[in-house]
Formats: sequence, C-alpha cells, structure tokens
Amino acid sequence: MNAPHETAAPSSLRLVLTLAIAGLVSGIAIIGIYESTLPTITANKARELREAVFKVLPGVSKMQALVYRDGELIAVGEPAKDEPVVYGGYDDQRDFVGYAMPAAGPGFQDTIAILYGYAPDRKLVVGMEVLESRETPGLGDKIYKDAEFVGGFRALSVEPEIVAVKKGTKSQPNEIDAITGATISSKAIVRIINETHTAWAEQLPPSGSEPELVETESAGTEAGL
Amino acid sequence: MKKNESYEEFIKGIWRDNPVFAQVLGMCPMLAVTNSAINAIAMGGATFFVLVGSSFLVSSFRNWIPKQVRISCFIIIIATFVTIADYTLLALVPKVHKELGAFIPLIVANCLILGRQEAFASRYPTRLAVMDALGMATGFLIALFSLGAVREILGDGALFGVKLFSENFDPWIIMILPPGGFLTLGVILLFFNWFKYKKDEFLEDVAEAERSGS
Repeated sequence: MNAPHETAAPSSLRLVLTLAIAGLVSGIAIIGIYESTLPTITANKARELREAVFKVLPGVSKMQALVYRDGELIAVGEPAKDEPVVYGGYDDQRDFVGYAMPAAGPGFQDTIAILYGYAPDRKLVVGMEVLESRETPGLGDKIYKDAEFVGGFRALSVEPEIVAVKKGTKSQPNEIDAITGATISSKAIVRIINETHTAWAEQLPPSGSEPELVETESAGTEAGL
Repeated sequence: MKKNESYEEFIKGIWRDNPVFAQVLGMCPMLAVTNSAINAIAMGGATFFVLVGSSFLVSSFRNWIPKQVRISCFIIIIATFVTIADYTLLALVPKVHKELGAFIPLIVANCLILGRQEAFASRYPTRLAVMDALGMATGFLIALFSLGAVREILGDGALFGVKLFSENFDPWIIMILPPGGFLTLGVILLFFNWFKYKKDEFLEDVAEAERSGS
C-alpha cells in the first residue's frame, strides 16, 4: 500500500478469509495432536500417580481410590470426574498404612500439585512428592529437587499445623526448614498441606476404622507396575 | 552454484549470523532454560522443530498470504507448531516437559522465529527458506547448549547430570541462578566480538599489504 508499484490492496473479504482459513486449519491440527497424545498423557499421569503413592507411603504395596460419599469414606474403582479423592495405601498383609492425599494450591508462578502421605494413627505427614509445578528453575524447583527439604516431610506432625521456619531453626516436630532462596515456594507447599488437611479432617474416619482394601479388577495397583 | 547457495544459507546461521552470538535474538529462552545441558538441548530441539516447520509453511504459502495480515498468519502458523511440540514433549518425555514448563508455550514469543519468517521465509523460495531455518535453528541449538553446558558444569559440577569433579568441588550456585545466565552470555559475546574485531583487523592488514605490494 505504501509503495506505488505494489498491486492494489486486497479486499477485506480476502483478508478475513485468509485468517479464517489459517485459524481453521490450525484448530484442526491442534485438535488432532491433542486427541492423539491424550491417551499417552493420561497413562503417563496415572503411572506417575501410582509411583508417587508408593513413594509417599513407605511400606505400601497396594492402593485404592477413596471418595467421601453420603457421610462416609468408601472405596471406588474409578472416581467420578472432579470428585475429591484420596488414596488408601495397604501393606502386604492388607493392613491399612496411611492415606496419600492429592493437594494443590497457588505457588510462586502457577498452581503446585502435590501428593503427601498421611499416617492418621500418628498424625504425621510421612512423605511428600511434587506432581506438577512451574516454580522458577534453579530456585523454586528445589521444592522437589532439594533432598533435604523433601526429606523433611518424612515425619512431620500436623498438630496443630505445619510451620515453615528459616533454614536450620527447626526445633518442633511440626516445623520444617524452608529452602533458602525459595521461601515462597516452601511456604506454599506447607500451606497446601495444611489447607488440605483441614478440609479432609472431618471426612476421614477415626483412626483404626479406615475402609478395608477392596480387590477390584480395575484397581490394577499391584506394586511394581 | 545452486548447491552452494543453499549451503551458504545453512552455514551462515551457525557462524556468521548466529542468532544468539551475532544477532542477539531469542534471549528470553536463552537465559531462562540454560541452567542445565539437557534443558538447553530440549529447548533447542523444540525451537528447531517450530522454526523449520514454520519457515517451510510460510515460504510455501508466501504468495497467498496478503501483506496486510502476514504477521497474524505467521503467528497462527508458529503457535500451531508450538502447541504440537508442547503436546508431543508432554506425551513422550514428561520429565523434560516438567522442567521446561512455561517456556515451551513461550517459544511463540521468541523473536528469532518471527524474525526469520518476516526477514527470510516470506521472501525466498521454499528450499532456501528451509535451509536458512535449519542453519538458524542449529546455530540456536549450539548456542543454547554451550551456555547450558558451561552453566551446569560450573554451577552443578556436572554435565547431563553426570558428576565431573570430586567431592571437593564447591559448585558456583550463582551460575545456575539467573545472574549466571547473564554472566556466561556476556563472556561468550565478549569472545565473539573480540574474534570479529581481530578478524576485521587482520583483513585490513592483508588489504594494506596487497596495496603496498602492487
């Protein structure tokens, strides 16, 4: 348009059509790649979840999904979509060991999704694993890379609530050393666990009367998968 | 002659017009994800795929895309390739995808890619455009890798996660933190500019000698 030797400006219709066609083709391509990768992504996530449950609950070899329906915690093979769920972990003798609780909340950058192991008889957090996070590489990502921080969740009392303290000053069983340079991310993890613990406190049955392990086909949760 | 031409388009992106060292483009991923060699390679690979794919399409359709809406069209094409790369990485290498996180979608905003579409792919035949994209993407990959390797070796004492030094090595944590990216990049750019300066000086000397000789 600026240069005189250029051909006349194309009609608005042509401009709109070009963009519409480009958008349409792009949309189809994106739907295609989404549909074709979805099964693999879902399978990966399910496998990661199983591995994470066995990691946060030491000594567990079987698991099942538990949901809170009609005033009690019951075992389900396949929890309904968007239904809050916890995982019960059982040892080889089919005895209840603890819950693996999925939890999520805002971190420094984006939502952090974690799974933590909770032993109701001792009121202890026994393990923590970060499932999803976009925390700053090199700083915030220490919430899952720093072995000391992750190790701090192996025996952490939730009574009255977990508190993140400056590194090296932990003195109470409910305190955990925050990561230097990643205080916000460390505190986010602690807040997520506290909030989830409070939210479920009323719904978990009293210690000793946890749901029994129900063997179902779809469970497929043997260790070593 | 034709072969030489496309070879020239390929090789210029690696050395003379290297997107990072000579053009100083794509600094955002350059500084953000080069805290380890494997992240740098994954980022370079994803950018490689997006750049080559987009250049091919943009160049193929360059006569159909009206000038007035060309930037929007380029962005649609680039964004589609980025989404494909995002889902493919998520499905195939979930661990690496977890590391790169937010930076994969941000490839859309990498000025190197849009810059190549506007400056080259939309003006030249497909064959040259693809060669140019291959060269630029390889140059970008090499640049990312050299930064990632230096930062991981100094900041973590390892390369690709393999420890290189004895226990006595005290890693320079700062190298894997953001300032380390600026420091490393600064030193590398210093070297490249020094090299270019020396080369120009040398060429001038040669010209001088030739003139006085004849």
